[in-house]
Formats: sequence, C-alpha cells, structure tokens
Amino acid sequence: MKSFALIALVGLAVAPLAEAAEFNSLQADKSTLAFVYKQMGVPVEGRFKKFAARISFDPARPAAAKAELDVDLASIDTGSSEGDDEVAGKGWFDTQHFPQAKFVAGGVKALGGNRYEVSGKMSIKGRTRDVTAPFSFSQQGNVGVFDGAFVLKRADYAIGEGEWADFGTVANEIQIKFHFLAGAGK
Amino acid sequence: MNAPRYTTTAIALHWLMALLLTALFGVGLYMHDLPVSPWKLKIYSWHKWAGVSAFLLVLARMAWRRAHRPPALPRNMTNALRLAAHAGHGLLYLLMIAIPLTGWLMSSAKGFPTVYFGVLPLPDLVDKNKGLGELLQQVHQLLNFLLAAVVAAHVGAAAKHHLVDKDGVLLRMLPSRSR
Repeated sequence: MKSFALIALVGLAVAPLAEAAEFNSLQADKSTLAFVYKQMGVPVEGRFKKFAARISFDPARPAAAKAELDVDLASIDTGSSEGDDEVAGKGWFDTQHFPQAKFVAGGVKALGGNRYEVSGKMSIKGRTRDVTAPFSFSQQGNVGVFDGAFVLKRADYAIGEGEWADFGTVANEIQIKFHFLAGAGK
Repeated sequence: MNAPRYTTTAIALHWLMALLLTALFGVGLYMHDLPVSPWKLKIYSWHKWAGVSAFLLVLARMAWRRAHRPPALPRNMTNALRLAAHAGHGLLYLLMIAIPLTGWLMSSAKGFPTVYFGVLPLPDLVDKNKGLGELLQQVHQLLNFLLAAVVAAHVGAAAKHHLVDKDGVLLRMLPSRSR
C-alpha cells in the first residue's frame, strides 16, 4: 500500500510536466499513411510514400491543436506498379494538375481516455470536403504516437471517373489509416 | 455392350472439369497482358473463383475415385502402355492440384488475396512479396503449359484407343445411351 501511494505521488508530481509537452516535429521516416481499398470484394492495401505534416498537439490542450498534411499523390503505392500508373491518370488523381492532397485540421476534441477526434477540410483534385477522424494518442518517452483511421468516399473527390465510376469493381469507401510519430519540441 | 464403365458421377465430373479447365486456360492466356481496367479486375476475380471451384471439384473427384475405382484397363495393353496410362493420369491429378494452389499462393504474394465469389476470403498462406509473386506466376504458367501438353497426350491416347485399338476405352467415359 505504501509503495502504491508513493508511485501515485510521484505520478502526480510528474504528470503536469508530461502534459505540458507539445508534440510538433513529425518523424516522417517512422510515420505511415496507408489505405485499404476493395476491388471485387478483395481488400487490397496501399500507402503513400511521401507526405509532410505540420502537427502541434498537446494532449492536455487538444482544443489548441493544429495539424496540416500534404500528401504527394504521385508517391502512391496501390499494391501493383500498373495500378500506380493508372491512378496517376486523369480519371483518378490527375496528378499532373493536382499533385497534392491537403488536409487542414479545424479542431481536435477529446473523446475520453487516450481517444481524440480531429475534424477538418480535405482537398483532393480541386474538391474540398469536411472529414472527421478519430485517433488515439500515446506517449513513448519523448515521442507522441498518433494512430487513427477514417473512411473516405472516393466519389466525393471524383477519384475514379468514367469506366471506374461504378462501385461494383472498386468500392466507393476507402479506409485511410495514419500512424504518425512526432517528437516533443518547443 | 456391357463392358465396365465409369460411374455416371465420374463421367459428369470428368467432362465438367474438361470444360472448366479449358475455359480457365483460355481466360488465363487472354487476361495476363490486359491493360488495367474494370474488365481486367473482373476477369481476374472470375478466373480465381473458377480456379477455386476447379480445386474443390478435383478434391471431390479424387474422393469419389477412392470409393469407386475406375474400370480396369484392357487386357491386351502392354505393360509399358499401362505404366504410361497410370503415369499420365497421376500427372493430370497432380497438376489439377498444383495449378490452383500456385494461383492462390501467387495472388497472396502479389497482395491481391483471393475472396471466393467476393464473399469468402481465403487465408494468405504467404505474405506479400513481389519477387515470390513473380516466381509463382512463372510456375503457374509453366505448370499450365505442362498440363496442356499432358491433356493433348490424354486426348491422343483416347483417340488411339478408339480409332486404332477399337477397345471401347473412350466409350467408358462417354454418357451411356439409353437402352
């Protein structure tokens, strides 16, 4: 009992220090931006190899959090090289005219425990839509780990037009999964 | 003629698989260098579903064959020809097992798992691995050309039995006419 009390006391003393940390320097090499799409009912995994994120997040003050994400759409890995070439084209991302996808967070709210929810505006291919993504936050030493997922509907952004517009082959719902690591800084 | 025949089930399975495997082979040849399109994704899935069906059919066929032995070969066949017939049939079964298996493994290695009829996911026995996927694709293709060669020999042997030996071997595998 005594040792438990001591741990609790130490915990209380340390907690304000830990909470004061703001995580704001993305470790791009350790972060991933992946997605799962379904073709003919088959889930296939892919990812974006190049993206940049500016994050500032203090778990004690989620309302003050800021986040911006730029994704280099040509860096896509759809799971096959012929797929990568296809989705760069006009009917999909049209990367020649719209090389980047952009997300700008409007706000983060606490959902209780280590769960949070970020909402903001996602712009792809000249179209901007509101998106909301729940995520969990955990702290590993000096590094904050953000893990979240949400569903994006490709038709909202005209990703996959013409012969691909039918959801029977490639489903409308694309699951986006992010795993970001950010160091604490000033 | 009351010569021993294959059972009606064995005959049905034989000809059903003959049709299915011919279609699978033709579709495989056609689809492998298609440009990406919804049609390509569809036809690949159909090929996989049909391939899984062929695999299940060959398992059913082997189980049936265990319980219902095929009629004996004609007495006047030489030992060498008997050996060739048994080896040929053994090879056909081996390939009918190995080809769908390599197709399944290749799908997993390429990162496009097999979901039977779009609803029943088959487990991935190997992880995604580009090199392994390409190797399995070559093995799948090679085994198919081997199967085509063995099937050609099979058809040739049946024709020889029917036209040269006139021993009724082919008739044992044809649907029986009503008496």
